[in-house]
Amino acid sequence: MKLTVNGTQRELDCEPDMPLLWALRDLLQLRGTKYGCGKGLCGACTVHLDGQARRSCQVTVADASGAAITTIEGLSTDGQHPLQQAWREHNVPQCGYCQPGQIMAASALLAANPGASDDDIRNTMSGNLCRCGTYPRIHAAIKSAQYTHAAVEEAKDDA
Amino acid sequence: MNTPRKVSRRRFLQLTGLTAGGLVLGARVPGPAALAGVLDEATGAALNIFVSVRADGTVEIVAHRSEMGTGIRTGLPQIVADEMEADWQRVKVIQAQANPAYGSQNTDGSRSVRDFYPVMRQMGAAARTLLETAAADTWGVPAAQCRAREHAVHGPGGQTLGFGELAARAAKLPMPDTSTLRMKAEADFRYVGQSLPIVDLDAMLTGKAVYGIDVQLPDMLYASIERSPWLQGKVESLESDAALAVAGVVDVVTLEAADGAPGFNPIEGVAVLAENNWSALRARDALKLRWSASAHSEHSAAQYLDGLAALVESGPGEVRRQRGNVSEALERAEQMVSATYRTPYLAHAPMEPPVATARVGAGSCEIWACTQTPQATRRAVAEALGLDVDAVVVHVTLLGGGFGRKSKPDFAVEAARLSRRAGRPVQVVWSREDDIRHDYFHACSAQYFQGALDAQGQVTAWLAREAAPPIGATFDPSVQMNSEGGLSQTFASVPFAVPNLRIESHPAPAHVRIGWLRSVYNIPYAFGVGSFVDELAHAAGRDPIAFWLDLLGEDRSLDFADEGFNYSNYGRSLQDFPYDTARMAAVIRTLAERVPWKQSLPAGQGWGFSAANSFLSNMAVASKVEVRDGQLRVLEMHGVLDAGRVINPDRVHAQMEGGMIFGLSLALNGEITFEGGEAQQSNFHDYPIARMQQVPPVIKTHIMPSGAPPSGVGEPPTPPVAPSVANAVFAASGQRIRELPLGKHLNV
Ligand code: FES
Ligand code: FES
Repeated sequence: MKLTVNGTQRELDCEPDMPLLWALRDLLQLRGTKYGCGKGLCGACTVHLDGQARRSCQVTVADASGAAITTIEGLSTDGQHPLQQAWREHNVPQCGYCQPGQIMAASALLAANPGASDDDIRNTMSGNLCRCGTYPRIHAAIKSAQYTHAAVEEAKDDA
Repeated sequence: MNTPRKVSRRRFLQLTGLTAGGLVLGARVPGPAALAGVLDEATGAALNIFVSVRADGTVEIVAHRSEMGTGIRTGLPQIVADEMEADWQRVKVIQAQANPAYGSQNTDGSRSVRDFYPVMRQMGAAARTLLETAAADTWGVPAAQCRAREHAVHGPGGQTLGFGELAARAAKLPMPDTSTLRMKAEADFRYVGQSLPIVDLDAMLTGKAVYGIDVQLPDMLYASIERSPWLQGKVESLESDAALAVAGVVDVVTLEAADGAPGFNPIEGVAVLAENNWSALRARDALKLRWSASAHSEHSAAQYLDGLAALVESGPGEVRRQRGNVSEALERAEQMVSATYRTPYLAHAPMEPPVATARVGAGSCEIWACTQTPQATRRAVAEALGLDVDAVVVHVTLLGGGFGRKSKPDFAVEAARLSRRAGRPVQVVWSREDDIRHDYFHACSAQYFQGALDAQGQVTAWLAREAAPPIGATFDPSVQMNSEGGLSQTFASVPFAVPNLRIESHPAPAHVRIGWLRSVYNIPYAFGVGSFVDELAHAAGRDPIAFWLDLLGEDRSLDFADEGFNYSNYGRSLQDFPYDTARMAAVIRTLAERVPWKQSLPAGQGWGFSAANSFLSNMAVASKVEVRDGQLRVLEMHGVLDAGRVINPDRVHAQMEGGMIFGLSLALNGEITFEGGEAQQSNFHDYPIARMQQVPPVIKTHIMPSGAPPSGVGEPPTPPVAPSVANAVFAASGQRIRELPLGKHLNV
């Protein structure tokens, strides 16, 4: 099987029905994508397929081949994606386990809907569980990334 | 028939390190030997077991407690760095392996800071003293004239030597006399009290943080285990051909369980060993298994709770604490109020399920695990493999949440036994279904209260009776009555100045593994007590906050000894940590000032309040809710905490936010039921935890400024939440809900 992960083609020897989650973690050693439920209920395994947030436990390797897959390791080269910066500014993580999935879900949301309203944020992010209860800070971080992003876009317009 | 093996109390303590309500075996804090320095040319100079300085000036500080989200890997080293005058930018935190030399590593009971604040200061001061002495020796001046400041020692003539330059010399010095250590003045604290970002932040945001599930060793196999659906079932028949035929499967192994107390032993199960998780999971589905019945395979949670409720309502239990004459006061009452409350079993459900990796060699074993209890893990693995404790090394990874589940090392024992069998490293990964079905469940409970009010609306009698399966039963099945440690969690330690008071217990035999979950028995008991005070307030026609403050009575230090109750005070003496009602009153008054408690609200909205003292801290919560057409929405939650001196305020706020949301989650949705001995829930669809939509948009937290010794932070924010929300539901709708979760009665 062939997958394009974070811009690189990877070959792997597995059954086509293996969930992408396990292929990423066990076969490609990309362990930033987390297992939380295996049933599409928690969002810990969220990655991007062609820019869309998908639960990698619910996507088979066969379905994912041909798509551009982005994992938390590939979201930015330097850990400075605007959302990673916003997460830092708000000290979002507690145990941190759910956070790769949260950041991947939030980044897909803002890419598709930069002006996402509070309700949009709550609706979309309700697919991602955090047992530590970092929700208020996740919400605040997404809001401040929106402002920063808007400021950058405005600055660009001025230039 | 198997006869259960009785474990002696001494043996039980050896095995588990467990005393009432928690793990405290061995020295709580490290002994004097911890201060002995060692010079290691390769790795730098160890000034004591917590502090090493490298020649390049890097200061390595050991975090001996487990990071599960509280920020402890930052908080404790922060204290050391401050006291030794190290520059935080040049500090590297090293995670300790299991080693009793550090003192207790059991990261539970909200005690990391409260037990180790003085120890961390001492270690920092000792390291600083050695560096100052080394500089004094170098310069030939008295040590008293040398002062460490900002990662260097400064001499009387303006000389300066960096920590790195002094390290080797300092490590050769004899250990300092702890009684003469000079401690920094609190006014000079540089890091204590500062919100330093956690040391793992970047790793967590980029996917580089290593949790138990992220350990990968060469040649490692993955194991998925099908376990007995009920306690103490055994494999009756097994067909594994279809499982063995799945690509990538290496072996199918039965893990037999010993008879007797569940303890930290694995549940009997059948493990599939495979080259990847997916093969292991698929093959496991193909196993054909039958399990033998046991004394617990008929357990029904609904019937069991009905039984407990009938028991507490039926009549007197064993008296645990008593003052005055309750029966007489109840007879004379102007008004008598009574109520029965029920709380369900709960599962921990940390986002990372239990995972452990073992590599067993000839006469040795290495474990990598997301464990809250490295030393208990080491003992349990050594015991299971028949090895010396010294032959077992336990590496502690980050924990993707713990909440008490990962205090129990059964999953590490599974990995060790399977690795020995396979002759290869093995990682045991619990699926979410495994985690929820086979947890060490939080106890369910039934509680009955009677209160007497006089004509002025004063409470003249308080009678409380409980029945809840005790944690002790997990280690000795003959234990049926909750311990003093258990009842010290709010139920028998109610701080109320009521003239007549009686606390009683009924037995509740355990049918599942009972374990401790964030804030432990305070969860059910604070719900019972906090709801009942609210019911009394309404019966008396009083404001619930004013009523609670009245009940607290005059400011005083509590001691329940002359009322027949041996209060545990969470393992600390009442001299060191007095139970002062004034601090609870101050927290409540502060909360009342911060929320528009008396604002008039639209119909269908209401405020609810509750408070609890737990883990030596006081927390008060006010919640505002709306109930409309059977739909409950929590609109606001406000919390005020007094936890003594706070090391990292941002992390304390985070624990308050998280602890309150944890409490809300269990209040709204938390319930595990059993039928035929089997847990009926299995994943987040039927054991829901709070999602962002259910969490109020307004959550406000306030920390009381205090110079008192640090007390608990991780657990105290949770207990008052459920009663505050249930009380708010009553204020909003007139509906009094006496059974958790609220989601059984309202849409949530
Ligand atoms: S692991 Fe995929 S949604 Fe939970
Ligand atoms: S930070 Fe721990 S689960 Fe989200």
